[in-house]
Amino acid sequence: MDRIPILKLRDLLLVSIQVDMHDRLAMQLQDELTARISETGARGVLIDISSLDIVDSFIGRMIANIAAMARVLDAETVVVGMQPAVAITLVELGLNLPGVRTALNVDKGMALLESATPDVEDLPDADAGHPE
Amino acid sequence: MPVTRSETLELRSAADVVSVRQAVRTWAIEAGFSLVDQTKMVTAASELARNTIDYGGGGTSTLELIIEGPRRGLRVVFADSGPGIPDVQQALTDHFTTGNGLGLGLGGAKRLVNEFNISSRVGEGTRVVITRWK
Repeated sequence: MDRIPILKLRDLLLVSIQVDMHDRLAMQLQDELTARISETGARGVLIDISSLDIVDSFIGRMIANIAAMARVLDAETVVVGMQPAVAITLVELGLNLPGVRTALNVDKGMALLESATPDVEDLPDADAGHPE
Repeated sequence: MPVTRSETLELRSAADVVSVRQAVRTWAIEAGFSLVDQTKMVTAASELARNTIDYGGGGTSTLELIIEGPRRGLRVVFADSGPGIPDVQQALTDHFTTGNGLGLGLGGAKRLVNEFNISSRVGEGTRVVITRWK
């Protein structure tokens, strides 16, 4: 069975969804990501959906659930890279992803998370030079 | 209305929803749809395929390339022999759900296509037909 890798970078978790997810895989990602936030004490979650060519109500709900669970576990979620055609379709579908922060790309998403979670920059091994 | 090509796919499991999405994408490209129109049709098909499995107990999805006068279109028919929908108008209302979904499936799918037709009989099943024209 497919598995979507979750990478840890300092106190952020990074996920890049590269496959056409069936519903069980989406549920599995939701569960694993929530467990990893708890295990690692991550303060931010960045989900790259630039390879997703659709987001339907099920995948949208998964993203909203991840953001809600992350918030309860003291982590911020940013979704990055949504394709324009996907954004247009989501709005017409009626899905508005409450509580989910978005950014155009990974760079902007990282900047958003670093400003939302100040601790990230205080770590000794944090790279300097990320503008606020 | 002439149907130039047709293909029927089984809808039994979550993986079948992915297969329908991919088939609708391929056919929408063949029909000459723009990227946004492809995305709308694939998303609508994804919602309805999932409904067929979750609420209809499984069924079929039939894709048809159609020609009417000068225009070309893609039609997808979702059919199940499940319990049927007692109140179709209510089921089309946003945020109404009998399951654990968001209740955007039927109403959302309707907004994403040019033509939407649903017929359902309690105890016999449900049939949803969506069409998008190029």
